[in-house]
Formats: sequence, structure tokens, C-alpha cells
Amino acid sequence: MYRIGFDIGSTTLKCVVLDEENNIVFSSYDRHLSQIKEKSVELLNKIKEALPDTKEYLFAISGSAGMGISESASVPFVQEVYATRAAANKFLPGSDVIIELGGEDAKILFLKGSCEVRMNGTCAGGTGAFIDQMATLLKLTPTEMNEYASKHERIYTIASRCGVFAKSDVQPLLNQGANKYDISASIFDAVVNQTIGGLAQGRVIEGNVVYLGGPLTFFPTLRALFDKALERRGTCPENSLYYVALGAALCADKAVDIALVTENIEKYSAAGQFNTLTPLFTSTEEYAAFTKRHKKATVNQKTLSDATGKVFLGIDAGSTTVKTVIINEDEEILYSTYSSNSGNPVPVIKNILTDIYTQKPDITIASCAVTGYGEDIVKNAFGIDFGIVETVAHFTAAKKFMPDVEFIIDIGGQDMKCFKIKNGAIDNIYLNEACSSGCGSFLQTFANALGYDIEEFSKKGLFAKNPVDLGSRCTVFMNSSVKQAQKDGATVEDISAGLSMSVVKNAIYKVIRPSSKDALGKRIVVQGGTFLNDAVLRAFEQEMGVEVIRPSISALMGAYGAALYAKKKCKNPSTIITENALKSFEHTVKTVNCSGCTNNCLLTINTFDNNRRFISGNRCERPITKKSPDNSLNLYAYKNYLLSQYKSEKGNLGKIGIPMGLNMYEMYPFWHKFFTLLGFEVVPSPKSSRDLYLKGQSTIPSDTVCFPAKLMHGHVKELCDMGIKTIFYPCMTYNFEDIASDNHYNCPVVAYYPEVIESNCTFLEGVDFIYNYIGIHRKKDFPKKIFAILHSRFPSITLKAVQKASVAAYRERDNYLARVRARGKEIIEHAREEGKHIIVLSGRPYHIDGEINHGIDKLITAFDTALISEDSISHLVPDVRPGVLDQWTYHSRLYRAAKYITTQKDMDLVQLVSFGCGVDAITTDEVRSILEEGNKIYTQIKIDEITNLGAVKIRLRSLLATL
Amino acid sequence: MANHIEFTKEMKKTHTILAPYMLETQFDMLGEIMKSFGYKIEILKNRSEEVVQDGLMYVHNDTCYPALLVIGQMIHALKSGKYDPDTTALMITQTGGGCRASNYIHLLRKALVKAGFPQVPVISINLSGLEKNSGFSLSLPLIARIMACLVYGDVLMLLKNQITPYEVNKGETVKKVEEWKKRLSESLYANVHFSLSKVYENIDKIVSDFAAIEINKTPKVKVGVVGEIYVKYSSLGNNNLEEFLASQDCEVMLPGVMGFMLFKVDNRLEDIKLYGGNPFKKLVCTILFNFFKKFEKAMIDAFSKYPQFTPPMPYEHTKENVKGVIGHGNKMGEGWLLTGEMIDLVQMGYENIVCAQPFGCLPNHICGKGMVRKIRELYPEANIVPIDYDPSATRVNQENRIKLMLSIAKEKL
Repeated sequence: MYRIGFDIGSTTLKCVVLDEENNIVFSSYDRHLSQIKEKSVELLNKIKEALPDTKEYLFAISGSAGMGISESASVPFVQEVYATRAAANKFLPGSDVIIELGGEDAKILFLKGSCEVRMNGTCAGGTGAFIDQMATLLKLTPTEMNEYASKHERIYTIASRCGVFAKSDVQPLLNQGANKYDISASIFDAVVNQTIGGLAQGRVIEGNVVYLGGPLTFFPTLRALFDKALERRGTCPENSLYYVALGAALCADKAVDIALVTENIEKYSAAGQFNTLTPLFTSTEEYAAFTKRHKKATVNQKTLSDATGKVFLGIDAGSTTVKTVIINEDEEILYSTYSSNSGNPVPVIKNILTDIYTQKPDITIASCAVTGYGEDIVKNAFGIDFGIVETVAHFTAAKKFMPDVEFIIDIGGQDMKCFKIKNGAIDNIYLNEACSSGCGSFLQTFANALGYDIEEFSKKGLFAKNPVDLGSRCTVFMNSSVKQAQKDGATVEDISAGLSMSVVKNAIYKVIRPSSKDALGKRIVVQGGTFLNDAVLRAFEQEMGVEVIRPSISALMGAYGAALYAKKKCKNPSTIITENALKSFEHTVKTVNCSGCTNNCLLTINTFDNNRRFISGNRCERPITKKSPDNSLNLYAYKNYLLSQYKSEKGNLGKIGIPMGLNMYEMYPFWHKFFTLLGFEVVPSPKSSRDLYLKGQSTIPSDTVCFPAKLMHGHVKELCDMGIKTIFYPCMTYNFEDIASDNHYNCPVVAYYPEVIESNCTFLEGVDFIYNYIGIHRKKDFPKKIFAILHSRFPSITLKAVQKASVAAYRERDNYLARVRARGKEIIEHAREEGKHIIVLSGRPYHIDGEINHGIDKLITAFDTALISEDSISHLVPDVRPGVLDQWTYHSRLYRAAKYITTQKDMDLVQLVSFGCGVDAITTDEVRSILEEGNKIYTQIKIDEITNLGAVKIRLRSLLATL
Repeated sequence: MANHIEFTKEMKKTHTILAPYMLETQFDMLGEIMKSFGYKIEILKNRSEEVVQDGLMYVHNDTCYPALLVIGQMIHALKSGKYDPDTTALMITQTGGGCRASNYIHLLRKALVKAGFPQVPVISINLSGLEKNSGFSLSLPLIARIMACLVYGDVLMLLKNQITPYEVNKGETVKKVEEWKKRLSESLYANVHFSLSKVYENIDKIVSDFAAIEINKTPKVKVGVVGEIYVKYSSLGNNNLEEFLASQDCEVMLPGVMGFMLFKVDNRLEDIKLYGGNPFKKLVCTILFNFFKKFEKAMIDAFSKYPQFTPPMPYEHTKENVKGVIGHGNKMGEGWLLTGEMIDLVQMGYENIVCAQPFGCLPNHICGKGMVRKIRELYPEANIVPIDYDPSATRVNQENRIKLMLSIAKEKL
């Protein structure tokens, strides 16, 4: 009997029909655009046409979106990875490893040895949909992206964990002028890293490697990058798109009547099993009243030819778009543009300026200002008078529409910015984290994925009867929620409305998190391109239960605010580029690696008119001033310096390696002293770097653990590579009892990560890895306990020596802490003498690692502020009883530092939070409430493997602007 | 800032206490015990989508899923209007360990303030002396009865899971479970004098009663479930995992909660062993541990009489199993016990394992996902799939991954 196999994936529907000898007699590959039912019926009809004589088939369905159909049509379901394996065993004997990328799934199958199949978890990008998303961002088709990538010269590091992260890495690269060849290749490389790092989990990929699935079939450059990373040549077999379908066909063991199946599928309608929300509008009248109300918030618009006298230009060079506005002295708009930045704002703005000069050659631009991501480059390129931070620009514009505004929420393409206004000044700022950017580009991507443009798509949602409840999570999760809703039979209309609502919920419950809805006030201005979408606007009003103001120029508010600012600060004449100079304006871009320090920042050098240079991508001022950064007021730098002063001394017991990560950043003085006195040569692992991380990446078993923990794999690997035969990295449930708190735990990851290292790092073979459970919190018992551990390995060690070394070790730890505190005090005093503001950069001991904090400390001191750490001031408050269980040593310091800051006028706190740090879900809220109670602004910076410093800069500047 | 309202003696008379629903077999009976001690208690069973929504609205969204659900359930109940917030109290467990769970109570209090119920007192159930309320005490007689109830629950759960897939008369087992729950609840309510021998007797009766159910042992895929305690047991937390596995024609083994109780007491002894400590504390914990062990023994003895049943692994065996895999000092969350249960399951023939955890669960990075490789190295037949649970982790993705695990299992059948 002939066999049919269906593979209904997240984006495509694949089908094969096999004859008795397993030859393919029919095959089809098509995007289903969520019309799974219709497409399936269509396909079955095609099969009937192609093979009119066959009525009965062995039929099976596979694929993540196939479950629903398979149940209703009573066709057996075959899990897709399993199907791939069945097909590979049949058609590709001799293969060892299969790598298959699909629309939203990534899989690795190990066929030889102990057979294993791996599939990406819930939090993982790096798949076809991700590549599509990135291509959209680059304004390329995926095929073009492949061609571009083949011509690359260099690879940039792009976060591979999920699309949202990658996006925030790609955008600044584009803005800085990096070329699309290199970016395309870097995106592919990120996919490679994600697949290998996330799925291999310690198992080596070797032997014959086979590539399957859409992306690996269509993009030879992606295959080449896989080859490079795996150091072998994999093959992409014929029919590589159809392996899941082939496997389903091979596994099919139930004969079905194809006509009957078609009938069943036609009847199939998953009867609204998804959770639904209130419709946005129930009638067209309701919608009409809504649009009428919002039409009121408007500004007078005239044309450039009306211009008499001075005009003022505002530019908002955002992450994905460029907006410009020209106003006259009456603050009426004479000219405005809204366009995509096409990856680089400079040529776009050049065209706009040319257009302005052409339309009105005698124009007098009295003053101009620029805001947004591209602020620096635009300011440099065109001689713009002022650069202002986005929050200020938006507030300025919002006041124009509602002088007593209490809350502003701006949702743009990539960012979400919300400000609370109190007494006419910005009182608090909320910006979206890298992990929750349910913004404009998010809606757009979904619209495109479902085959619509954004306007058409959002209109569809306005009158949806049963909007799908999609929750309020990040894009990656949203993909699967949408998939689920489709499975349950939701219409495009329902999904569109649901997505708009989820953007709103994301903003309210993830970004702003007000104590209650009333906390935002009743006087709200909403703006940003995303609010031009009526569905989003309506959803916001519904969720908040208030009528808000949406200015007609919602998308132009940044630029309008900049123009208003320029008018106010007018320093006539403007330094803006003249018409003549613009005609000969030239712009070239090149990238180099900075060799100023070990950060090796990738610098993008923009040259304008062959003589003016603008450097971006730098974390410190060194490549610009050619001087080392001034670290005298940087406690992070001092802590790193202190640690580097613990030198290794040759010892009679040989070398003992210590991986420098997590709690070792604080324990190192203790262990260094302890082991040196016992007669060991203490060898720390080298400084963290991207390379070091990649070396250990394949042994990480949990892809959602925090980055500092992941980095440990690389540190241990380095020590092994250095030939160290004894590595010391103990498990520590408890930390020092410094503070009178409820308990003094380490977090579960810090406490037990050595267990993960031991169980997953195969390279530890032949190394004595000492990872016993050690309690430094019990000073009296400690020597006895550690003696037992060490004595069995090094019989020459005596209890007496251990006791002596212990006393010295505890003392050394106290000394270290005392030095940090003393330096903190000094910095505070210096800063006060010089009238500098003090930022308390708070986090964990390991956040001083430059690879983890991405140079944020230097970024902060570059703003002419002093920087200290939480542990240098946490002892200065007598007693703090936080509103949560105060049980983790590192976190207890945060609460106390926050409390202390509320008593200091010139100090503010910035909290570094590692992505995936579960404990910080508790601490951030608590620190925030301590600060807010003391009328201080809380600023949080989420950091991960890679962090977009552009966003960090905006956040810091916003904070400093409020002071 | 801290909104700590004490549960006073007076409140014991006036207030209805709402408690979350985690161990479905055990908690109904627990309610009866509490009633016999004079508390007006109600176990919350609301589980609509609004529960999750309320959780998302009032709890930091990066907090673990169980906190979101438990708090969501409570706020949802209070908002429903069914309970007068002035005469309602809430009850929640607090383990006192190094994982976030010890902080649920504080998150709940913050949520209560946010949601407009600052007057509602929250009772902490803990064995660490973390919080005290004059109107509620975890007295020894109460502890003894709670233990009895937990062990009855374990027995019923294990029997139900082992028999239902094979019963000849469909529905017979579940019916019996309900009957016994009722009977035991009544006896727990009436049982003024607690005696251990009565527990032994009851367990024996239960097991022999279930042994009488007619079964037809056909080969089925045997799946073990381990994980973070809430998502492991609560169907609200794990998207009806047991039901799904049953629908895929599997026999499911959920290791009981007794092991966890022993583990929590034993941790204190282990701490003293590893780091040194107070001999008196050691003595108290040893007595408590030995007392708990008696309940476990009752269960194992009863099961061992019938060859068709798989008795639970003795705690010591599980502990021995993890030697060389993970340290006994690993105590946060489910700690080494989770790893141990996976090994137990493989040894008992349930080598297909779902390791369930809330998304981003910190201890499970170590004792769950972190140990899979090593377990497979020791037991190549182990077929483990880690599944994350989260408000937006969709069922379709979870079931798809479980199906992959099941496909491999079926191949070996």
C-alpha cells in the first residue's frame, strides 16, 4: 500500500507520498500561513488528482502544528523528531548526527552509540522564524541574506539565545554602520552557536553529520558556518526538507480512506477552546466614537512654504525608524517625515535635509536637536546643536498636549518607555528589558509571518469576536502561544486582537508593574508608532479603564519634543550642516578591533567628509582620547585590581586551580591565603572573555541558567587546558554571616554549581576536582572539616597547619572587605569634593567581571560620576527589616545599600540583574520599594551573555537627566 | 513595609482559612484534620484562567510559576466575593530553604496589599520556627496527624497509579480511592487519640482492599514523574500531566511526598554532619526523623505483601543511590532527592521520566537538568525529558516533547 506522510510545522506544510518501494511519487512544500485545515484539504485533493486510482493509504501526520488535525481526522500522530530518526535510519544509513532546523524548532539527533534526541526548550530562538525575523530587520529576503552572508569578512557576536536578544544586538550594529554582509553572517553564526550550545549539552558532535530542514536546505552559508564550527563537512541530502514527512510516512501503520480523511478534516473546527478576552469593539458606532474622540489631540500642520522667520528642527533617530519635524515659532508643524532607518540613519537624514533645502532654499534653521539611538552619530555627522535623551524629548512633547500629564507611555518599534511625572518633572522611568520587548516590531513580525502587512493585520483585530488570550510574555513564548491558538482554531482576527492586547498587558504588567492601576494616574498620554494602531490604543484604554490622549502625531513625538527643545534652547546660529556642505557630504564606514585593552571592543569608525571621525561600539573613552580611562572613582576597577594583586607563589604541594567566577570573586582572598599558607601554588583561571565562554559552552546542561554560571564552564575548561591537575571549587550552601538577617544562604546556583560542573564537564577526566560541601559560616568547625577533605588527598597536610591557615584566611577576607570599604569611603569623599554624583552599582560579587557587566562600570564613570559598589556601604545602616525573607547574603547587602542611599542626597542606585536570576525577581521589587519609599528612582539593568549598551546608555542618561 | 498581620486566637473562631491545593489526594484529608483541631479551613480549588491572570497581575512575573498560581488562586478567591476579607485568613507553607519558595509568603502579603486586602492574615506552615501566630500552632499531635494523612495520601496515590491502567472494570480504582478518602477523613476527624498502630492497621486494610481489584497486566509504557514539588503534583501547575500520560496509555509513577518530608528533616542532620552543629538539635531531628520513618515503613511493609505492587523505595536506598552522583549537602528545593528519585525510578523499571519544573527554577538547574547527563551515563536506558512550566509555556510544546520521550519508550516496549 502507498504511504502518505504529512509534516505540519509552525510555518510550512510538507507532504510526501511513497510507493511500495519507498520511492517518492508525490511531494509538496508550502507555507500554510496558519490555514492548516484549508491547506491540508487542498493538499489531499492534489494527491487525489495525482493518483486517482488509489483510495486507501497508510497515513500518518507529524509536526508541531499537526496534533489537532491528527486527532480530528483520526490519523495517527508521529512525533517529528522520532519521524526524522525513522527516515534517517531508512534513507541515510551511516549517519552519526543529524542537525535539523525548522521554523521554530531546532533538533539534534545522535544516532550512533547511545541514541539520543534533543529538542530546543521553551526558551530558544535560533531557528527559521528567527532568521526570517532578522532578515526583515535587515530589509533583505532570507535568500538575499544567505548571499550577503557568503561575502562576509568578519563575524560580530550576536546573542543567540533568542530572537529578542539578537535583535537588540543587530540594531546597534546597523546603527553604527556595520555592513549587512557581516551582519548576515553573524546572524547565521548565532544560530550555529545556539544550536550547538543549547542542544549538544556536553555531547560531542562527530562522525557523519547530516543537515535537514528548511533553513539548512536553503542557506548554504549557514551550512558552511556549521561546518566551520563543527570542524567537519556535513551533508545536506536530497529531500532534506521532507525527512519528517518521510518518517511519518514510514511510521504510518493505519490504512485510511483518503476521501473520508478529507471529509473529516473539512469538518474539523476546534470549537474555540482557547481562552478569550472581551472584544475591542462590538459595533462600528463604538469605533467611530472612539476615533472621533482621539482626533481631537492634534497640532496645527502647515507646509514648509508657509515658513517665515526662524524654524526649528527636531530629529528622532530611533532604533528602526527616523522621524524629523520642523516647527515654527508658534510651534506649528511645517514639515515632518517618518521613515525606516534602513539600517543606518545617516543616509536617510542626508536625504531629508537635502529635501528640506530643496523645498525651501532660504530656510533659516535657527536651532536643531536630535534624540534616540542614533543621537551621537547624527549629531556628529550633521553638526546638530543639541543631543537630548529620549525621555526628555518625549516629556517635552507630551506636555504640549496635556500640560498636567501624570504618566507617559511610549511604545515604539523596539523600545517601550514609560515615565511617571510628579511636580512637573520626571519622577520615575520604566523601560522594557531585553526579554520583554513586545513592541511594534513584534506585532509587525507576527503580521508578516501570517502573511499580512501590519496595518491590515491590526485592523482585522478591531472587531474580532473572540480575541485570544495570549498572556504577556516575550516574543519567543508568544510564538508558541499563537501556535497553540491556531491549533485550537483561533482566526487571524482573534489572534490579531489578542496580540494587541498582549502588547498592552506586557507594558502594564511586565514593564510598569504598578501597585494598582490607579497608581499611574488618570492623566495619561500615549505615544509612539505602536499607539497609532487603534487596536493597541483601545486595548490600553480597556485594560486601564481610562480615556487617554493619543496625539495625532503619536509617532513623531520624539522629534517634535526635540524640536520644541531646540526652540527653547535656541543658540542662533545653528551649527547644522549648510546646503553646500551637504551636497559634498561623504560618509564611509569601517570596523576595527580596539586594542586599547582586553575588552577588544569592536569599533565602528564612521568618517564624514574624509576628516571628521565618529567612533562607536566603544565602552570607554580610550579609543577617542587615546588615554586610559580614569578609574580613580571606580570601585569596580579597584576590586578587580585588588584581586589581581593576589600573586601565585610556588609551593611544595604543587598547583591548585581556582575558577574565577560566581562566588569565587569574593572568596578568592580567603582561599588564596588559605592554600598559599598550606603550600600550594594557587592558580586562578584567566580573565573571562568571549572565547573562554565559547570553550565551555557545549557542556552547559540548562540553557536558562544565568550567564555568570554558564561562564564557569569556560573557566574550568581553561584550567584543564593549562594542565592543572587539582581544581578547587567547593559547594557552599551558606555564606559568611556578616549581617543580622534571617539567614545567610547562597542562591541555589551559586551554592551548588560545582555539582553541575562535575557532572557535565567531560574534560575534567584525570583532574582531581575538589567540590565538597564546605561551611565557612562555622568558623570553629571549618578547619576540622576541611582538613578531612584535604588530608585524604595530601597526607602531608596537618590539622595544625590547616588551623593556622584558616585563621589567616578569615583575617585576609576581613582585610579584603575592609579595603573595599575604605576605598568606597575615599571615592565618596573625592566625589563630594568635586561635586560629582555617586552611582551605587549594585549586584553580586561576580558582577565586577567585565565579560558579565560589559563595561557598564566604565560607561557610568564616563558620565562624570563616581561609582561604588553595594558592599562598600551596606554596613553603614544599623538594621534593616525588608518586607521579604532576608535570607541570602548577597541580597541582604542590596537591601541595606538601598536603605543607606535613601539617606544620601547625592547617591543613586543602579541594580545589575543577570537574566534568568530567579532570586532577583524578589530582590528587585524589594529594592525598588525601599528606594521609592525614600523618594529615590530605581534603575535596573538586565544583563546577559551579550548586552546592548545603547539601551543601557539611554537608561543611565535618563536617570542622570532626572537628577 | 512588611505587612504582617498576626493570626490571633480570636481569629481561630471567626476566620475561615483558605489553603492551596497541591497534593490532590492528601489535601482534602488534611482539611478534615485541621477542622478537627478547631480551624475553619477550606482548600482552594478554583482553577480558571483568571487564577493565572490574577497571579500575573499581582506577582512579579519572573517569580516561579507555583508562586504565581498559589497566590493567583488566593487573590482570585478573595476577589470572588465568596469570602469576607475581614473574616478570612490564608495559609501557605514556608520551607525555610535557600530557594525562592521560602519567600512565597512575603510575595503573598505584598500581593494582598496591592489587591486591596491588607487586613487578611497569612499563616505560615513551617518547621523552622520562621513565623509564629498565637492563633495557630503546629503542635505535635497535629504534626502526627498530618503525617498520617500524608502517608494515607501517598498510599492511595501509589495504588491508584499502579492499578488504574490495568483495571478490568474501568473506574473501579478511582471509586475506591474516593471511598477511602471519605472513610479516612471521617476517622481522622473523629480520632481524638492518635495511635501509630492504627495507622499501620489502616494502611494494611487499604492495600489489601485495592489488591482485590481485578487487573489485567498488559505491557504499558511506564513513566515516572519527578520535579519541583508543586508542578510535580498539582494538575493546575502541570497542565494535567497525569491525565495526559494516562491518555497516552501509560502507567504513571509519582514518588510520594513522604520522601520529601524525610528529606527536609534529614537535611538538618546532614548540615550538622557536613559543617558541624548543635548536638541537641541533632537529637531532636533524629527523633523526628525516626518518627517519620515509621510511617514510611508502614507503607513499604503493606505494599511488599503483594507482588503485583511496586513498593516505594526506602529513603535510605534513595540516599545511597545518589552517592557519587550528587552530594547529600544539596538541599535547596528538592535537592539531591530529585536526582535520587530519578535513579530510583530507573531501577524500578520506570526509566521513562518527565522532570517537571517551573521555568527558571533555580535548584532544578542543578539537581534536575544538571544531572541528566550523569544519570544517563550510569543508566543508559534512562529516557528523561525535562519540561518547563510557565504561564505561557504552551501545552502543545510540552506535550510534543513528552510525546518524543514516549515514542522512544514505546519502541522498547
